[in-house]
Amino acid sequence: MLATTIQNIINALQWGSFYALIALGYTMVYGVLTLINFAHGDIFMVGAYIAFFVATFILSMLGLPGWIALALTIPLTMILTSAVGVSLERVAYRPLRRKGAHRLYVVITALMCGLILEHANLALLGASRKAFPALITEHVYTIGGVTFTNLKVAVIFTAILSFVILHWIVTKTKVGMAMRAISYDKFAVPLMGIPIDSIIVITFALGSGFAGLAGILFAMSYPVLEPYMGALIGWKAFIAAVVGGIGDIRGAFLGGFLLGAVEIMVVAFFPSTYRDLIAFTVLLVILSLKPTGLFGIAKTTKI
Amino acid sequence: MFRKYTVQLILVTLGGIITYLAYEELIGLYTLSVLMFMGVNIIMSTSLNLVNGNMGEFSCGHAGFMCVGAYVSSLLGVLLFSKDKIFGPPLLNPDLAIYFFPLVIIAGGIAAAFAGLLVALPSYKTRGDYLAIITIAANYIIISSIENLNVIGGSRGFMGMKKVINAMEDIIYLPWMVIWVFVFTVATVWALRRYTSSTFGKGVAAICQDEVAAEIMSVNTNKIKTITFMLSSGLAGIAGGLFAYIIGYVNPGSFNILKSTEALVMVYLGGMGSLSGAVLSAILFTVLLELLRPLQIIKWVVIPLLLIVLMQFRPEGIMGNRELSDIFPRLKRFYKFK
Amino acid sequence: MQTQTTSSMPVLEIRKMTQRFGGLVAVSNFSVTLGRNQLTGLIGPNGAGKTTVFNLISGFYQPSEGEIFINGTPTAGLKPHKVTSLGVARTFQNIRLWNQMSVLDNIRVAQHGSLDYGFFGAMFRTRSYVDCEAKIEKEARELLEIFELDKQADELPTNLAYGLQRKLEIVRALSEKPQLLLLDEPAAGLNSVDAQELIRLIHWIHETFDVTILLIEHHMDVVMELCSEIKVIDFGQTIAEGTPEQIRNHPAVITAYLGDDTI
Repeated sequence: MLATTIQNIINALQWGSFYALIALGYTMVYGVLTLINFAHGDIFMVGAYIAFFVATFILSMLGLPGWIALALTIPLTMILTSAVGVSLERVAYRPLRRKGAHRLYVVITALMCGLILEHANLALLGASRKAFPALITEHVYTIGGVTFTNLKVAVIFTAILSFVILHWIVTKTKVGMAMRAISYDKFAVPLMGIPIDSIIVITFALGSGFAGLAGILFAMSYPVLEPYMGALIGWKAFIAAVVGGIGDIRGAFLGGFLLGAVEIMVVAFFPSTYRDLIAFTVLLVILSLKPTGLFGIAKTTKI
Repeated sequence: MFRKYTVQLILVTLGGIITYLAYEELIGLYTLSVLMFMGVNIIMSTSLNLVNGNMGEFSCGHAGFMCVGAYVSSLLGVLLFSKDKIFGPPLLNPDLAIYFFPLVIIAGGIAAAFAGLLVALPSYKTRGDYLAIITIAANYIIISSIENLNVIGGSRGFMGMKKVINAMEDIIYLPWMVIWVFVFTVATVWALRRYTSSTFGKGVAAICQDEVAAEIMSVNTNKIKTITFMLSSGLAGIAGGLFAYIIGYVNPGSFNILKSTEALVMVYLGGMGSLSGAVLSAILFTVLLELLRPLQIIKWVVIPLLLIVLMQFRPEGIMGNRELSDIFPRLKRFYKFK
Repeated sequence: MQTQTTSSMPVLEIRKMTQRFGGLVAVSNFSVTLGRNQLTGLIGPNGAGKTTVFNLISGFYQPSEGEIFINGTPTAGLKPHKVTSLGVARTFQNIRLWNQMSVLDNIRVAQHGSLDYGFFGAMFRTRSYVDCEAKIEKEARELLEIFELDKQADELPTNLAYGLQRKLEIVRALSEKPQLLLLDEPAAGLNSVDAQELIRLIHWIHETFDVTILLIEHHMDVVMELCSEIKVIDFGQTIAEGTPEQIRNHPAVITAYLGDDTI
């Protein structure tokens, strides 16, 4: 019993790590721009594909061993995925923002960007799934009936480490302070001499970079890539971010793990087809009870 | 004298011509189905426009309600009028299908309207992006529930609606689907126009523009929100019912977020809050989808790209928040379509 | 819904109302009784809790303690639109018109409380719908004409001069035929010429429309000129009440506005 519980907790943590990492990007962009970047799930997918190409290139072309390949793949993927996220911002979102378009038009543009990423991938690489190369050898450990692999533990620790880094950036650095300032008052910030566009670019770069990291980890854990892999997981991560209280990175992190836990629990007790149904129902209930999420601050209406 | 009936006359003539062409098989089945999907899309975009445009909420799960309507009217139609391996013999004489068909579609709409409560009730306390999530969750919940109902086919889908249509055509041979899609499309636009132009329905715009002021200036905001969400999702349900009978087959996968996104695109393409914009963009969008069909998978790269480019040049959609009659004031003389 | 007022029953009666936000006491132990056709001013420094009193009366907040009666009916637990149909209408400190709706529609929508038809009436254009809409439109146009806004009936409120927007908000409130009109700083942002005109307008409304008015105002001269009775609050506490003359010389009021000079 205890062993099963611990096993489920480990599974939930690992599964939640992906949601948490993606949700972090959603929430950072939202915090700064109040923009739901619906392309973010697909950026995660792009990240996984970039990791695939980088890793395959390093392994087969350069013939380097797996651990070096991994050490090179992680930074390269994060940088390249950041570049994708930032270029979306520059090409699609920023011009609209400059024109003062309604916020929701930017959201629709984000949705469209996501569609383009998915289907361009499908058109370029075809519908066949890609098998991600094994970069490290997986060791299975069993302690007292609880089974886990070194990869699972690495995923969980990477997620926690990423959170700590992002949290440090947001709360302690000047850039983070500027980010929070923008989310409070978009109009006063430029008057204080803060280059708002650079801050936005940094936000997108960070968010997309960590989505890329999630892509690598996901590809290593479930080594089958397909163009639609980002869609559902992206929507869910977004919901996780909202349940945590969108705009707050602690919320996104917690929401991600919460969603992971709910899904693992559902699968443990019900047929797996009920996973989405029950997970979404739980989220709906949470949002009905706490309409601004767990960490969200209720906006007081002032008359 | 006749002038104020111009729109009605045009519509009756148009409906008559399409029916005649379909009856004489002068236009092909393909063109006909495109025309019918156009009608379905018009219902989808105008009904979503009520919530997203007029009320200023951000519903991104419209296809969920379409799904409810599609399933309820399909199941009801098959249950009542055709022999089915799940439901057994028809409950009513299949000859009656010809009279009850619109009621079956409306029943789907009513069921979808009640599904709309899933979003309407949380909307009392929640607004904006948080409500958007609830709509997405509602969409997934609806699809997922049906996928798990193996009695009605689960994710494999449900069929048998063609038999109901055949039963109707056996009595009187007319292109019934074309007629009913046309009638329901016109009725939808008409109902929405009546709703939003009444003082009662203007409460919707008041909520959009200043909810606090609306509530304090005697608008029962919760009631208006409930009615608006129910009307919008009910109409989506009607669109779903028609969709199911046009294709003759439904499966939950065809009402996923991508379908909701299509509806969203049509609303924003037309211009938020513009009813004529929503109609126009639905027509344009359907045509565009068909024109680009030969591109196959690249279609879904080209269309979003076109939309992104369009939004860069016209960030307020085709019509902005204006109506056709605002752009061509002379139309107002004919505009008795209320 | 409007109850018949007997002359003895106060239009507004507040008994020992207190409102807390977390640890902050925004309004403390506030009591007031407004008889029919009274014009009372509510003044106090910034943050004294004046607008909170209005929000409590109009049902936007529920008081932590105490009771509010409109024409003898307790408002506890009523939603704002219900309170409005008891005969209360208000304006806002920052103008809150519906800006994408014509001036006429702004008045029309404010009649929601007295509609004789519902959703199906609107759909099928029933008799009661047609009659009700005709009546609303006629009355709205008449009211706009009385206040000389009829030429702007089809304009959007944003195209109106600031002073006219303030006026329109008062007209919108009046269109609900209230017995109690709450005016939240109607002269805010107006220059002295416009403010003078506003004083005349409020005075005229008070005489013509048989309505009880409670007025929040910062401009002292406006309050002194208009009101027969003034209540002063500071930090949520009522510190003085009386006629303009009494208030002018009240030591507590002078302290609240000018500060304590016994350093």
